[in-house]
Amino acid sequence: MIPIDNFLVLSAILFSLGMYGVLARRNAVLILMSVELMLQAVAINFVAFAVYLYPETFTGVIFAIFVIVIAAAEVGLALAIILRLFRNRQITNVDEADLLKW
Amino acid sequence: MTYEEAIFYVIAAVTVAGSLGVVTARNVIHSALFLILALLGVAAVYVLLASEFLAIVQVLVYGGAVTILILFAMMLTRVRDIGGPIDGPQRPFAALAATVFLGTTVLAVTQTEWRGDTDEATVVTINEIGEALFTTWAMPFEIASLVLMVSLVGAIVLARGEEGE
Repeated sequence: MIPIDNFLVLSAILFSLGMYGVLARRNAVLILMSVELMLQAVAINFVAFAVYLYPETFTGVIFAIFVIVIAAAEVGLALAIILRLFRNRQITNVDEADLLKW
Repeated sequence: MTYEEAIFYVIAAVTVAGSLGVVTARNVIHSALFLILALLGVAAVYVLLASEFLAIVQVLVYGGAVTILILFAMMLTRVRDIGGPIDGPQRPFAALAATVFLGTTVLAVTQTEWRGDTDEATVVTINEIGEALFTTWAMPFEIASLVLMVSLVGAIVLARGEEGE
């Protein structure tokens, strides 16, 4: 008997924390972890809407599964890119990877 | 306050504490360990949302694979030996942006009138999910597996490096 507002507020808090992490951190791995937090917040939102508001079609639950799949693929690729960046230029901070900056 | 709500608040507190640790810890390894706490907290939230299947997937994919992958990447890039501040100079603006976003969203959530009965979650059984996934959502399902395969091959190609390196 938990009102839906509780889940939505929790998800908003998680998303804000992730947003702060993405904007404030310098290290690419830490930014990636913050992005994971934001994705989790979105998935909670989807599931909450599905089971409370639209249980007859439960599209949100399906969508949460796809969010998890895409997030897993994204982590694998992003970490490979970060590894490559470190091997080629010995940096992992995003503000130092400024080769394309005018 | 019902006992369900009490359980929700405990789990929410653990999840938020873990997330706070992720974005504020000074040690990057601690950050990754806090991430495990936060992700397991989210798995518990899925249980409260009557979606056990998602909770199990969450523990398997996030609690296991993703955090291990992140820890591996941290070790391989020697993240701890890199000097300089861990946060950029834009930190106050980041905090401001996040706070404004949080305020706006919470206001929107509390002001909205949701349709129907919003006090009781309806259980979506694992059978229903499986059936929908392989009938209505069969095409997206196949595309998702294709995306997974492409990203797997791409990650290997990227991380392997050129010949003779």
